[in-house]
Amino acid sequence: MTVNPRLVRAIVAKELREFRRNRSLVVGMAIVPIIFSIQPLVAVFTLTTSASEPLRHEHVLLYMLGIPALVPSLVASYSVVGEREQGTLEPLLTTPIRREELLLGKALATFIPGVVVAYAVFGLFVACVELFAQPGVAAALIHPSDLIAQLLFTPLLAGWSIWVAIVISTRSNDIRVAQQLSTLASLPSVALTTLISLNVIDVSLLTAVITAVVLILLNRIGWRVASALFDRERLILGTKA
Amino acid sequence: MDAVSTAPALSADRLSKHFGDRVAFQDVSFEIGYGEVFGFLGPNGAGKTTTVRTLGTLLTPTSGTASVAGLPLTPDNGVEIRRRISIMPESPGLYLRLTVLENLRCFADLYQVPTATKRIEQVLSAVHLTDRAHDACGALSKGLRQRVALARALLNDPQVLFLDEPTSGLDPVAARGVHDLIDELRQRGVTIFLTTHRLDEAERLCDRVAILNTTLRTIGRPDQLRDELFARTLTVRTAVPLAAPDRVFGSVTGVSSWHENDLTTYVLTVDDPTQAAPAVTRALVQADADVLSINPSHHSLEDVYLELIDVPAGQP
Ligand SMILES: Nc1ncnc2c1ncn2[C@@H]1O[C@H](COP(=O)(O)OP(=O)(O)OP(=O)(O)O)[C@@H](O)[C@H]1O
Ligand SMILES: [Mg+2]
Repeated sequence: MTVNPRLVRAIVAKELREFRRNRSLVVGMAIVPIIFSIQPLVAVFTLTTSASEPLRHEHVLLYMLGIPALVPSLVASYSVVGEREQGTLEPLLTTPIRREELLLGKALATFIPGVVVAYAVFGLFVACVELFAQPGVAAALIHPSDLIAQLLFTPLLAGWSIWVAIVISTRSNDIRVAQQLSTLASLPSVALTTLISLNVIDVSLLTAVITAVVLILLNRIGWRVASALFDRERLILGTKA
Repeated sequence: MDAVSTAPALSADRLSKHFGDRVAFQDVSFEIGYGEVFGFLGPNGAGKTTTVRTLGTLLTPTSGTASVAGLPLTPDNGVEIRRRISIMPESPGLYLRLTVLENLRCFADLYQVPTATKRIEQVLSAVHLTDRAHDACGALSKGLRQRVALARALLNDPQVLFLDEPTSGLDPVAARGVHDLIDELRQRGVTIFLTTHRLDEAERLCDRVAILNTTLRTIGRPDQLRDELFARTLTVRTAVPLAAPDRVFGSVTGVSSWHENDLTTYVLTVDDPTQAAPAVTRALVQADADVLSINPSHHSLEDVYLELIDVPAGQP
């Protein structure tokens, strides 16, 4: 199957416009990153130079990977069930778009703002540490390998949690249930990155590479599974909830 | 192109759709030619919307076959069929946070309309909404939303256009606008499958109508259905009862039988009212009758509908 980029673009453009005008969605996307950054910022600012020394061998920054794991899934969980509740899914499905294209468009539309927010918050966090933390703390906390890991895993984790949320959105009949289930489904990723950042789980370059490959595969599989589970008939008939 | 113009635009052969135990429609068969406006009538829950959705590739039929815009209705043809048709659903389903223009822009892209901007202008002016292009759809009234949905269905210049109750909730002027638009589309050769509860609308617009109540009750031209169902009659009213009505009506050619409704009203069964009426008039004048009126019977599509809709399925 070849994907028609114009159709995917049409969905992305439409979704981004809708997000911008959906205040509760914008607030939701802002709140989670803020909650995520407050505690580490306070911790870092109160950290003394000597106390930061042991952190040289830890991956404190990877804690911030919870943002891409959580934020886009909040929006993605809305994607299909939201259209159903608004009654806009039926007209959309009368157009020539294939379900694979529709879902890819929906995924990209949450991926783009999700990754932008995650990178921006991370960038701000690093900048704050560099500028305002006690001398030496920045050098102890910020390692090039962690920066690379952050850059690499942000889109991979975001993509994975988006596909999980879309699958949930495709199969559920209620927006709130979909959002709660999606958040729940993101927790394993958040737990994993948190445990790594707390040094509970030890990571090497090899495990990082393997994890990345697995996530890439999971993203491909997620697209396939979501498309296979997208049942036109059930989605149209269920509209009269 | 030739193959397209000779094959029916839309056909169904013993098409059925069940939802579990519930039958939405059963054994529906018809053929609709290109450029035909086909009315699909029936009471609430008759299966009209389900038929539209099935022919529009949104639902898979339980049994039977169909072809849409020259293509067999199969899952593999879904995308190509949807490219050639469009559906204005029962409820408009607009993105309320987006403007009229943004809604249309999205669908123009999904239909890959080549000159989208120009096309959007055309469809907006066709539904008289050019001045509301920049309004959010959420700020439009029900009737205006309906018109945006109609504009959206015109974007891809479909071969077959499904309209599911397009004038429900429209004011008389707007409904007239939609009727004019349907006429215009017919002239351009667009096939229109129109479901409606408004029998006057169907009678005025449709080349043929079908009446559905889970099964198809009848199908034909509105005037033909009237003739099939109702004997043609002339009703004669006189000031005083005729002395010998049998002598007056019995000898008139074209009158096959007659009966008295009351003392001064006579109902004559005739082959052709336009030929029988002058002959009956002459006979009455010769008999020195004081005639008040001679009227041909008028049965509307509504009479046909009411007559057929309650007949249990399976009976003629
Ligand atoms: N999602 C569904 N699940 C089960 N049955 C359904 C569903 N949708 C429709 N039906 C049933 O199918 C039958 C046909 O419904 P449909 O909506 O096609 O009727 P309609 O002719 O369009 O009616 P109306 O004039 O009210 O629009 C009805 O008995 C209806 O209850
Ligand atoms: Mg209906």
